[in-house]
Amino acid sequence: MKLDAKTPSGPLAQKWTNHRNHIKVVNPANKRKFDVIVVGSGLAGGSAAATLSELGYKVKCFCFQDSPRRAHSIAAQGGINAAKNYQNDGDSVYRLFYDTIKGGDFRSREANVYRLAEVSVNIIDQCVAQGVPFAREYSGYLANRSFGGAQVSRTFYARGQTGQQLLLGAYQALEKQIEAGAVKMYPRTEMLDLVLIDGHAKGIVVRDLVTGEISSHAADAVVLATGGYGNVFFLSTNAKGCNVTAIWRAYKRGALMANPCYTQIHPTCIPVTGEHQSKLTLMSESLRNDGRVWVSKVKGDNRPANDIPEDDRDYYLERKYPAYGNLAPRDISSRAAKEVCDEGRGVGPGGRGVYLDFRDAIHLLGLNVIRERYGNLFEMYERITGEDAYKVPMRIYPASHYAMGGLWVDYNLMSNIPGLYVIGEANFSDHGANRLGASALMQGLADGYFVLPYTIGDYFATERPRKPSLGHPEFRKVEEEIAARTKTFLAIKGRRTVTEFHRELGKLMWDKCGMGRNEAGLKEALERIPALRQEFWDDVNVLGEGNELNQSLEYAGRVADFMEFGELLVLDALVRDESCGAHFREEHQTPDGEAQRDDEKFSYVAAWEYQGVDARPILHKEPLVYEEVHLAQRSYK
Amino acid sequence: MNLTLRIWRQKKSDTSGKFVEYKADDVSPDMSFLEMLDVVNEGLIKRGEEPIAFDHDCREGICGTCGMVINGVAHGPLGATTTCQLHMRHFKDGQVLTIEPWRARPFPVIKDLIVDRSAFDRVIQAGGFISARTGGAPDGNSIPVSKPDADLAMDAAACIGCGACVAACKNASAMLFVAAKVSHLNILPQGKPEKERRVSNMVRAMDEEGFGNCTVMGSCEAVCPKEISLDVISRMNRDYMKALWRSK
Repeated sequence: MKLDAKTPSGPLAQKWTNHRNHIKVVNPANKRKFDVIVVGSGLAGGSAAATLSELGYKVKCFCFQDSPRRAHSIAAQGGINAAKNYQNDGDSVYRLFYDTIKGGDFRSREANVYRLAEVSVNIIDQCVAQGVPFAREYSGYLANRSFGGAQVSRTFYARGQTGQQLLLGAYQALEKQIEAGAVKMYPRTEMLDLVLIDGHAKGIVVRDLVTGEISSHAADAVVLATGGYGNVFFLSTNAKGCNVTAIWRAYKRGALMANPCYTQIHPTCIPVTGEHQSKLTLMSESLRNDGRVWVSKVKGDNRPANDIPEDDRDYYLERKYPAYGNLAPRDISSRAAKEVCDEGRGVGPGGRGVYLDFRDAIHLLGLNVIRERYGNLFEMYERITGEDAYKVPMRIYPASHYAMGGLWVDYNLMSNIPGLYVIGEANFSDHGANRLGASALMQGLADGYFVLPYTIGDYFATERPRKPSLGHPEFRKVEEEIAARTKTFLAIKGRRTVTEFHRELGKLMWDKCGMGRNEAGLKEALERIPALRQEFWDDVNVLGEGNELNQSLEYAGRVADFMEFGELLVLDALVRDESCGAHFREEHQTPDGEAQRDDEKFSYVAAWEYQGVDARPILHKEPLVYEEVHLAQRSYK
Repeated sequence: MNLTLRIWRQKKSDTSGKFVEYKADDVSPDMSFLEMLDVVNEGLIKRGEEPIAFDHDCREGICGTCGMVINGVAHGPLGATTTCQLHMRHFKDGQVLTIEPWRARPFPVIKDLIVDRSAFDRVIQAGGFISARTGGAPDGNSIPVSKPDADLAMDAAACIGCGACVAACKNASAMLFVAAKVSHLNILPQGKPEKERRVSNMVRAMDEEGFGNCTVMGSCEAVCPKEISLDVISRMNRDYMKALWRSK
């Protein structure tokens, strides 16, 4: 299989404009002849469903939540980047592009990232027009803040709830279209498989989570906007419902899975308290604007934080990365935290934590300014830990947060399966081996509002409307497979709960394929995952029936897919025998412990093709060609 | 700590439900309320009993999915807190906790503690948006918004649509929810052109969904996890009166 990214020719800065000028368009009267299925209603899916229907396409949108407003984009706190240069600090489309490429450790596709930076400015305009209540200066103009991995101030925000406000903007646009009859919404409905007809994506099979009914939906194209797979680690900042199922099913139907080993570990999460822990809560990275990260210089220091004198404090990020200090990118900050904890200098119960201290910022700016900027985050911290971060430093530790990897897509955001588009976190396209803060919201909305609505027309213009009838035997076949799988789950009646299996898988993934990875550990994981998967299928206990609301059954299906996906993630991490961004192979580091890339051998996108559950997938390589940027050792010193 | 739980169990929306008593032993004060229920559910599955169904997702207080009435209070005893953010350190050893779903006619129970809140989506469909189709928006800074207005709009926009306000209201009124959205959009200059249509249509939709009347007692404000203020209701009433007047 030859991977064609379909990157347009011409100078980088003109590629998107040229492409838009030359791709085919569908005339307004014909658009209503095309049906589009959008799975997922977060920033990418919600914005795409709304925009596609505004254009005239007939849209069906599916989400497993009870309302599209609850998709996990809602939890993003910090902000959204855009190259507006409102601060007059030298920002530009090029600078945002370069920061993103560099932040991704030169493992993303140049043309996609440039386009992302270009449309970033339109996103802000669109969101303002929709009534997103961004933070304002007293002048009435939009305010900005700084974020990790950038030296300019380009992040737009709505207190600590930027994701919520952007999502509500997209949700409201979507609801308007639902009222108009242009979108049919299916909440509490989970996609369980993709249906291909003559090699094209032409429908999906879903389960109604309330009645348990399994049904098919046909369309001219299918858009997956189903988010990331961070929950493969069990403990993560993702919502409990986030899962890999939709993209995994597409993978098993032939879509290529790209760079699954690129998983971002977020440096500022609230540490684990015990075995009961069900998820980890992220504290926005924006806190690092004013908070200083430190641990004691002394190992096993039991003094309360405020009793540790200045001379005994090691502000290790400021020490190691003077240029970026506490704003060093996420992967670097996470590993630095792990390192000091491994040295025995961690803080809090279990010693897996570091301080994030606002004492100096409160002293410098005043309590009110800090309260204004981060009040809701401090409250959230207090609710979870019972500690007052205005008085004692926060304790933070890294946790699984974001999936840079995902289904492979070309420049048009179409996977290798014709008619199957993948947008937002579910695709692999823009963040390389590490995503910068405030870029996920940007990418989700860029894909949904400004990229897919153009590029999907190119497919339709060459493809006559040919939505298959639901009577097509392929739909029945897939429905029967899904029904059989449900029966299998309910018939096992084993001794262990789904959660127990998920927790065990997650721990294995975190230990062997988390912040640090090495050959021996990865090989061990590759042995253990299939065994655990077998045990799951032999010994899981799923109670209840298939024809009712059954949360254990939903969960079992998702964990079953994680059991397969985890193995691919580890395999990808093993084959990528270099360090880059968030993928840190301990064998490959610079003398001062930074990720050491191997551009000669690994400057490619790894795209895996499914060959069967127990067969090794085939690796396809899309070489990364850089026309504009010069590949450099990433330095934030 | 050890607790006794009296939990509402109901198999389907059209079957009757009842309280069933469970023991929650060795509860750690660091657990969240939902983690405590997770542990109870793990125990139930081990004993071959169906786990308690409850809605939840982000578990960080922002998605608005979770919600249950704990000892008569929506989202439990701690102010400004969703159920998922309520931690067990706020309870005492030996306590008896009665746990029920939201009780309101427009929110029918689907199973156990899960209710159907799709009425909220339909109210938003009636007018909870600014009709700005994608593309063609002017530069973000071309519409200055005074900081006090932006802050007021944000205060109202913080609503997570959990439905606690409805559950707490003796009339099952959705005024706080509806008024929060009307306020958010009507305060902003971008929302002005549709201001009157919005408020009229949303109020009509709210009534059609069967939500009750508001008597401004403030039980909604008391349980709102995002501390949405009753002020939004007076603001909406003002906008509604103006809209009525103008339509005459």
